[in-house]
Amino acid sequence: MEGTIPLTYFIAVSAVLFMMGTLGVLIRRNALIVFMSIELMLNASNLAFVAFARSYGVLTGQIFVFFVMTVAAAEVAVGLALIVAIFRSKHSIDVDQMSSLKG
Amino acid sequence: MNSLLILFIILAVAAILSALGLLLSRSAIYAALFLVLNFACVAIFYLILGAPFIALTQITVYAGAIMVLFLFVIMLLGAEKLPGTKAIPWQKPLAIGLSAVLLVESGFLLFQRLKLAVDLAQPDAKVNTMDSIRQLALMLFNQYLLPFEITSILLLVAMVGAIVLTKQEKGAAG
Repeated sequence: MEGTIPLTYFIAVSAVLFMMGTLGVLIRRNALIVFMSIELMLNASNLAFVAFARSYGVLTGQIFVFFVMTVAAAEVAVGLALIVAIFRSKHSIDVDQMSSLKG
Repeated sequence: MNSLLILFIILAVAAILSALGLLLSRSAIYAALFLVLNFACVAIFYLILGAPFIALTQITVYAGAIMVLFLFVIMLLGAEKLPGTKAIPWQKPLAIGLSAVLLVESGFLLFQRLKLAVDLAQPDAKVNTMDSIRQLALMLFNQYLLPFEITSILLLVAMVGAIVLTKQEKGAAG
């Protein structure tokens, strides 16, 4: 396995994945899939962090990715608990149904 | 022949197609499995970039723990077959347009500002060994010790919060 890959390619893949994550948040109405799209966005930013850490030759980017993963795990635990609680009261996880506060 | 670049292109196509599958799949379970595939592709990117610890954490924490939690909740709720509600008619075109604007913006920044078109060579034999993990651990437990400890408090709070949120109230019918 030999050769080189430009840094730009990694950042481009990261940008495309992030864009797809935002698109998923905007067009899907299943709360679980909206959550998965947020995970996709976090993952895309992690990829950019690691690519920049490699190109600058420092490990700080990898440390930050480690913290982002921890925060993502905490976010998923609380978020899924919220979704379960909402499903218990409204019997739906469609984000359009959660409009009780609408005037 | 630049075999690393060929590997990269195959992985990039797989990652983008699996993200597309996440966007388009009707069933939440298929979406979760597409996301697992995407996480695996990104983990191999991390290996190419010389971050073996992050790659394995990606597999165990993301593709393992987090996605199993997702699948568990999907099956618990049994909500994989959602009845189609009527959408706002202009929602989808507007969202696609805004996402295209975001992509063009980031692409513009990428090719205007990122003049440092560094070629990332293959990780030399030294990078993907125990030594890089040792460097990472030294940094984590010296320079970043306080954030690391705060992380443990964050995880504890998340655990307690999840338990409190899903706890049935006494007397309330579940």
